[in-house]
Amino acid sequence: MRTGKLHSIETMGLVDGPGIRTVFFLQGCPLRCAYCHNPDSQTFHGAKEITPDEVVAMAMRYETYYRATGGGVTFSGGEPLMQGEFLIEALRKLKEKGVTTCVDTSGYGQTTYYEEIFKYTDHILLDIKHVDNEAHEVLTGRDMTGIKTFLSALKSFKGRLIIRHVMVPGLTDNDEAMNKLLSLIEPLKKKIDKIEILPYHKAGIEKYSQLNLTYTLDTVPAMSADRAMAFEKALNERLLALKSMEIAKTA
Amino acid sequence: MKPFKEGDWTDSIDVRDFIQKNYTPYSGDDQFLVGMSSKTEAVWKVSKALIETEIEKGIIDIETKVFSGISNFDPGYIDKENETIVGFQTDAPLKRIMNPYGGFRMLEASLEAYGYTIDSDMADDFKAYRKTHNQGVFDAYTPDMKAARSVGLLTGLPDAYGRGRIIGDYRRIALYGTDRLIQEKKNDLQSMASLPANEVNIRKREEISMQIEALKEITAMASTYGDDIRKPAATAKEAVQFFYYGYLAAIKENNGAAMSLGRNTAFLDIYIERDLQAGLITEIEAQELIDQLVIKLRMVRHLRTPDYNTLFAGDPTWVTESIGGMGLDGRTLVTKTAFRFLHTLINLDPAPEPNMTVLWSAQLPMNFKRFCAKMSIETGALQYENDDLMRPIYGDDYGIACCVSPMRIGKDMQFFGARANLAKALLYSLNGGRDEYMRNKDGSTIEVLSGIAPLENHGTSDQNNAAALDFDTVYDRFKLVMTKLAELYVNTMNTIHFMHDKYAYEKGQMALHDSEVHRYMAFGIAGLSIVADSLSAIKYGVVTPVRDADDITVDFNIEGAFPMYGNDDDRVDEIAADVVRFFSAELKKHEAYRSAEQTLSVLTITSNVVYGKKTGATPDGRGKGEPFAPGANPMHGRDQMGALASLNSVAKIPFENVCQDGISNTFSIVPTALGRNENDRLTNLAGLLDGYFAKKAFHLNVNVLSRTLLMDAMENPSKYPTLTIRVSGYAVHFNRLTRDQKEEVIMRTFHERV
Repeated sequence: MRTGKLHSIETMGLVDGPGIRTVFFLQGCPLRCAYCHNPDSQTFHGAKEITPDEVVAMAMRYETYYRATGGGVTFSGGEPLMQGEFLIEALRKLKEKGVTTCVDTSGYGQTTYYEEIFKYTDHILLDIKHVDNEAHEVLTGRDMTGIKTFLSALKSFKGRLIIRHVMVPGLTDNDEAMNKLLSLIEPLKKKIDKIEILPYHKAGIEKYSQLNLTYTLDTVPAMSADRAMAFEKALNERLLALKSMEIAKTA
Repeated sequence: MKPFKEGDWTDSIDVRDFIQKNYTPYSGDDQFLVGMSSKTEAVWKVSKALIETEIEKGIIDIETKVFSGISNFDPGYIDKENETIVGFQTDAPLKRIMNPYGGFRMLEASLEAYGYTIDSDMADDFKAYRKTHNQGVFDAYTPDMKAARSVGLLTGLPDAYGRGRIIGDYRRIALYGTDRLIQEKKNDLQSMASLPANEVNIRKREEISMQIEALKEITAMASTYGDDIRKPAATAKEAVQFFYYGYLAAIKENNGAAMSLGRNTAFLDIYIERDLQAGLITEIEAQELIDQLVIKLRMVRHLRTPDYNTLFAGDPTWVTESIGGMGLDGRTLVTKTAFRFLHTLINLDPAPEPNMTVLWSAQLPMNFKRFCAKMSIETGALQYENDDLMRPIYGDDYGIACCVSPMRIGKDMQFFGARANLAKALLYSLNGGRDEYMRNKDGSTIEVLSGIAPLENHGTSDQNNAAALDFDTVYDRFKLVMTKLAELYVNTMNTIHFMHDKYAYEKGQMALHDSEVHRYMAFGIAGLSIVADSLSAIKYGVVTPVRDADDITVDFNIEGAFPMYGNDDDRVDEIAADVVRFFSAELKKHEAYRSAEQTLSVLTITSNVVYGKKTGATPDGRGKGEPFAPGANPMHGRDQMGALASLNSVAKIPFENVCQDGISNTFSIVPTALGRNENDRLTNLAGLLDGYFAKKAFHLNVNVLSRTLLMDAMENPSKYPTLTIRVSGYAVHFNRLTRDQKEEVIMRTFHERV
């Protein structure tokens, strides 16, 4: 059986998809986001191993919570799409047990497995890091090729999507960036339940010194939660408008 | 006005039947609730100011001319014009009562601590002519009972003050009036007339006669406030008031640690609903009755020593009210008055008392579940207990005494028995029954439990020859300690309660019970998570004791990883469950006073800090003097898998027939971790309770707040005059905690996500 590389488990995930969710943080990520608050989960080395059956056994311990809230299991990371074979098997086995599944991703994974992963996934939380190619590379170490491939693959995804974006002051806290974000996801609008703008915060900084890493956003202040909320509200209203235009067209 | 539907309750004393025949379940939302009436506003303004003064000063006043008693005090008011519900314990609000019957020394120490003196004639006369419960107990204690008590192996024993944890069925006064209740008691007495005059029957006859006397005293006390309670209550206002007189009598007569209220919202709702239907009152007046009742309940006080307040942080009174739950017929017992009662937390600001306890069932109306979640998030003042676990055992008219102790209202009572320190007991199994912390005056070690052989070759003061602890050996030895401890514990409790019945019988509260009452004897344990982790460390890691010159363990070298309680890991959680099963079974082997049924709780109040102080280093890595985790909680910071793994571990501690006096778990979560918006937060918190209780868990205290806020409150108390937090089975004004206790609360695990 294919094992997964595991960073940690959070049994009470309340902001990682619908309801109460058990979150499996998988180890290893191809991105190096400047604000990553789990830098220890970036490397692919030195992780604990977990089998898909162990994932299922653990999830079943929390079934009563899922039933009460419409929750289930979320794979996060690291980047879960980098462990395609393990992820497919774990997702499939969870679905067999009637557990709803969610994948929390930045859209940078092993492309060959996307179609198969989508088959067993109910929800995808897609974190779009930036909307400009060069700025994306500066922020994450990779340009936007990966995310564009993933967005295009999502056309065949049958489940529901939540789009997320971490807003950093001076990077994307402007209308132009938000317009770009909206046009990136516009083709998928029917599947999108909502857009969440997460205000950049500095709570993860001390991990960097512990790991002897440089924190490049040191001088950037935290994002105002109220401003982020205002952007989020405006974006969701526009998304809704786009959706109803679509309905008007088809009617 | 519409007459009540008749039934069994008309022929015999049966409040449950009255409720079932007449109440109106409510499954709607909270939109009908209203704010304070102008009268309530006036009363609350002066009451609140007085309470805040008291928090600053420590005490308002003590009545030093009269001893406790149901009808010993003149009526008292705070704003007579505006008080819809009247009655204080003495002739003035927050003026505390001297109760000498539990123990005179405790009374004298309390007076002295606050700079009061008792009239010397009163003191001399009392001491000359009256023996106390405390004197009785110490006349009959054996040396080993005294030793176990003084080293803190058995702690918090109710041998110097009122035992409490008895809930009178205060509703009976409103429903029947005291004439009828007296007549029923007289009939009970009459029915015993031909029974043999043995010890059991003589005592019972004497007690029923005392109960009749108490009912007359309650009637007299009510009449000083201008009310005639000989006849049943005719209106909602009378129902609330008469019911409160019953409770007021209890707290005038007794100073038990926990003087709980019962389960009253569905009962009171019947009267309120009837008056509303008849157009006699408006919703504002309905809320006013409940608001004003709750103001009175917030002003219940007992005279304690400052030491006692250190043990039970924050001057708590455990005016526990059980709210909600389901009926045996499948209808919910949630009524509009359940909402009104919880809504006082908004109208009157959050406060620790009354101790609002929601009886949670999967079947509760969704609107009520969400309302409770909302109240928890906004006020932090609620606790939750599993009605689906208790209803099959206790039916649908039980209530919670203190924090977690269930009993059928008016039918069960309990002999309260504090706690055994099991972490210390575990150390006794390594130290040959000798205490690891205290010494005799000459420096020699104290042997508390005899017949526990020292462990051979398991650690030595010569570290070069130290051997690691062997699990099977230690666990067998620990079971032997528990066996001996259980016997000592039952004998100690029997002694205490024999004397309490003899010298401080609660005649007013027992008058509001059936004459044929079922008794529980409620034992308790502290330090369960330490015991589980210590045994796990010994079993899965390598633990070598460090011993002093007397071969007493002073520290432990721990190598290797071991599973810790709080991570939903059966390897260690099973150890915890096995320990409580074993200890409970041992307790049940010994005959309890008055054929009481033994039960066990895993509950520590905030005394987990005090227990820690008196306990040496333990094999789980906890240092000497460090606090225990509260109740059945995992130790701080050892739960690494998030909150639900921690909850699942606690849910494995068995309730029915084992820890049937309750298993306490306190849970703190940061508001933003609960969900991104209000709707998600309500869904998630209600779902969390549903999920937890579906795992057959028993109890959850819910705090929704951040550590930062508590740290700020510790430094700037004046910014947070009403900050209420749940500690262990009850809530407390954060400002009333000692610095140690505040630090311990802040140290506890807060579930949050970066």
